[in-house]
Amino acid sequence: MTYSYYPGCTLKTKAKDLDRYARASAAALGIELRELPDWQCCGGVYPMAKDEIATKLSSVRALIAARDAGTDLVTMCSACHNVLKQVNHDMAADENVAAKAANYMKLDEPYRGETKVIHFLELLRDEVGFDELKKRVVKPLTGVKIAPYYGCLLLRPGRVMGFDDPENPVVIENFIRALGATPVIWAMRNECCGGYATLEKKEIAEKKATAVADNALANGAQLMITACPLCLYNLTKNAQSGLPVKYFTELLAEALGVKEDA
Amino acid sequence: MQRIGVFVCWCGSNIAGTVDVKQVAEMLKHEPGVVFSTDYQYMCSESGQNLIKDAIKEYDLTGVVVCSCSPRMHENTFRKAAASVGLNPYMVEIANIREQCSWIHKDMPVGTAKAVILGRAAVAKVHLNAPLTAGESPVAKRALVIGGGIAGIQTALDIAEAGFPVDIVEKSPTIGGKMAQLDKTFPTLDCAACILTPKMVEAAQQEKINIYAYSEVDSVKGFVGNFDVTIRRKARFVKEDLCTGCGLCTEKCPMKKVPNEFNCGMDNRSAIYIPFAQAVPKVATIDASYCIKKKTGKCGLCSTVCGVGAIDYDQKDEFIEQKYGAIVVATGFEPISVEKFDEFAYSQSPDVVTSLEYERLMNAAGPTSGTLLRPSDKQHPHTIVFVQCVGSRCDAKNEKGKQYCSKVCCMYTAKHAMLTREKYPDTDVYVFYIDVRTPGKNFDEFYRRAVEDYGVHYIKGMVGKVVPENGKLKVQASDLLANEQLHIDADMVVLAAAIEPDKSARPLATMLTASMDTNDFFTEAHPKLRPVESPTAGVFLSGMCQGPKDIPDTVSQASACAAKVIGLLSKDKLTGNPCVAHSDELLCNGCSSCEKVCPYGAITYADKEFRMPDRTTAVRRVAQVNPAVCQGCGACTVACPSGAMDLYGFSNQQIMAEVDAICK
Repeated sequence: MTYSYYPGCTLKTKAKDLDRYARASAAALGIELRELPDWQCCGGVYPMAKDEIATKLSSVRALIAARDAGTDLVTMCSACHNVLKQVNHDMAADENVAAKAANYMKLDEPYRGETKVIHFLELLRDEVGFDELKKRVVKPLTGVKIAPYYGCLLLRPGRVMGFDDPENPVVIENFIRALGATPVIWAMRNECCGGYATLEKKEIAEKKATAVADNALANGAQLMITACPLCLYNLTKNAQSGLPVKYFTELLAEALGVKEDA
Repeated sequence: MQRIGVFVCWCGSNIAGTVDVKQVAEMLKHEPGVVFSTDYQYMCSESGQNLIKDAIKEYDLTGVVVCSCSPRMHENTFRKAAASVGLNPYMVEIANIREQCSWIHKDMPVGTAKAVILGRAAVAKVHLNAPLTAGESPVAKRALVIGGGIAGIQTALDIAEAGFPVDIVEKSPTIGGKMAQLDKTFPTLDCAACILTPKMVEAAQQEKINIYAYSEVDSVKGFVGNFDVTIRRKARFVKEDLCTGCGLCTEKCPMKKVPNEFNCGMDNRSAIYIPFAQAVPKVATIDASYCIKKKTGKCGLCSTVCGVGAIDYDQKDEFIEQKYGAIVVATGFEPISVEKFDEFAYSQSPDVVTSLEYERLMNAAGPTSGTLLRPSDKQHPHTIVFVQCVGSRCDAKNEKGKQYCSKVCCMYTAKHAMLTREKYPDTDVYVFYIDVRTPGKNFDEFYRRAVEDYGVHYIKGMVGKVVPENGKLKVQASDLLANEQLHIDADMVVLAAAIEPDKSARPLATMLTASMDTNDFFTEAHPKLRPVESPTAGVFLSGMCQGPKDIPDTVSQASACAAKVIGLLSKDKLTGNPCVAHSDELLCNGCSSCEKVCPYGAITYADKEFRMPDRTTAVRRVAQVNPAVCQGCGACTVACPSGAMDLYGFSNQQIMAEVDAICK
């Protein structure tokens, strides 16, 4: 199983854990993640303006590179995943946007969303399969009560992401079960952590992150896992509750017994 | 050669506004066979009809073309007029120059030219028309009502009252339907059971009504007046004629952990059970998926305690065949599954309930004996948030929800809010709404009483999130009028779930060849003028299966439906449609193409002996059409590869003549 891999800027700096544990786990599962050469920052947020083309181009370049490599494109960070997937959808759904992007990039043919963008969790669920993953686990995390945290970007907008039900998701829960641990089902798992508000109005981010972490604690969570570097930052730095938060890939590497190699 | 009269209608300005009717009449006068052509302001009026009748007599017409509105409107009017002066009614053709011409064109010359072409096509067809005579078929004087809720019960009672026998087929062990689960009914607050159970008893006692409870319709064949229906009586494992409904078996049954459907699963029942005290028929039923005896072969306690020997573990499904003249669909509704809307945390907290569950919590026969206690800790809730439109009025892109308004939720939520405040004045009640819709007699007064007299907090806006935390439900919502975010710590949240047709409706519609809309509600023959009839002749619609309605509307529709059924059953014979298919046996090659496409099962095959050209005989398999079953849809004539199938009144030749006339 070979995939093109788009790590994103944060995974090279603050969120190295998300990246290196993913690579180690992928190797253990026999998945080859080929990092795209010359990838650029996705922009961090999806440009909502319809006529805003320039900010979509870096994503289009990554998508074209994956298409030319003949592989699906795997993402790890929720935010990058959201941007790439939404841009990919724009290119497929809107002829006008695709034509404009092609003009900017001097493409012979417009790119029309041919690449399939999948999050690493989707790859684990659909390509590896959680049943198979369960068999590969060497150090099951038995008895640990883990709160899955989706945040806002991983699943929404639901029709474009096509990943899981945004209001009642099960993918990380099933991932946790596959690792032998117990998922905590809690309401705030798809609420906002405060996001970029931490830069401008820290008190808002603190309020949101604390509300999220408190709800996880109230439901008996010992640990929270996420796929988003910004969520992890807010939930550890801006929440007062002291609940440990880790990347889902770290737990995966631990369960697969490859954490030390990473 | 036919002698044809052409009659061009103005329809006031409906046609004459965009079609030069005088010119159309003039142009068609020169068509072959046309001996008379005129125009008139309203051809459907009595004087218009007289114009046609007089012309038929005066010019000795053998065919008539009326250029007017759709044949769905007045074909019958003109046919009757022709018949009254001795012309075969099937010699009348309509050229639709209103719906298919004047209404869709703005330009007079374009409209006029097209009207002439349509008229010419009709003239070409009439040349090939032949007089047809409609056959007659008898009417089985018995009605079938599918569904034993308040709609089905009311329809059955009214039909029986008129003297016709009725069978009610109900899939659950008792009749009564959803209304039996309701506590009080708006806007008068009388208890649902108190007004429903007398009707249930009346249905049971009415000699003309036969109730097949715990039964389903297995197959339907035939046509209006002559439906052949097979009813499957599911095995109850209890002999209905012996069981006295004493309930001893239900007390002794050791398997008591079965979720009780009647209380929406909020308490348990035994594996052998009677759904509720006033069940009709009051007979026990064994739930085979929980019964220890049925699953393991051991136990048999109910059989031991039964004083009349009614238990029969080996009972099998039974099939009953019966002939009916009319079929009433009264399959009702169910609330949607709110688990798809988990922002309201229904699957996370037992204190988030649906409105139907709230009905049971308020009901004296419910799991809490009518004391309002929240499910999680059996404590009295002090703050209750009601959320309306859960799954109703969703935009078209939201695949989880319904686009329509469920119609009953505004009123029952007002009722819940009011009753809660009346019984427990220390409770704060909030209702979040998009709009409050209360059209109906005494409805708006009722809602205003909830707000003004009972102090219910009505807030325009929707709840965005419900977070169960430390025994509370943290509700986040927006108040659109005050433009602010609200955070309410609630003890209970009640969701007014959208309603959808019962799951049994779609397979039944297929069986009946009755049409449905995209939401699986049965379609009526005309949304305004034939609201209780299905487009399929002999099939009638009663209650929620046709669309969301409250009890007053359901009962009105149920009685209207009964009136239509009575009208049908009072006839001894039905005049058929002579425009049916027939097969030319010499051309038929027995390929079965027609049989496969026939939606009515009107085509069968028979081996017939034919004389061959060389004086030998040969046996060939050929198609035969049952003209009583055929509805004249024409599917077979198109499917037939050898051109053996043809339709009276719409023969291949006639259609081609029309096409030729149009393309000339």
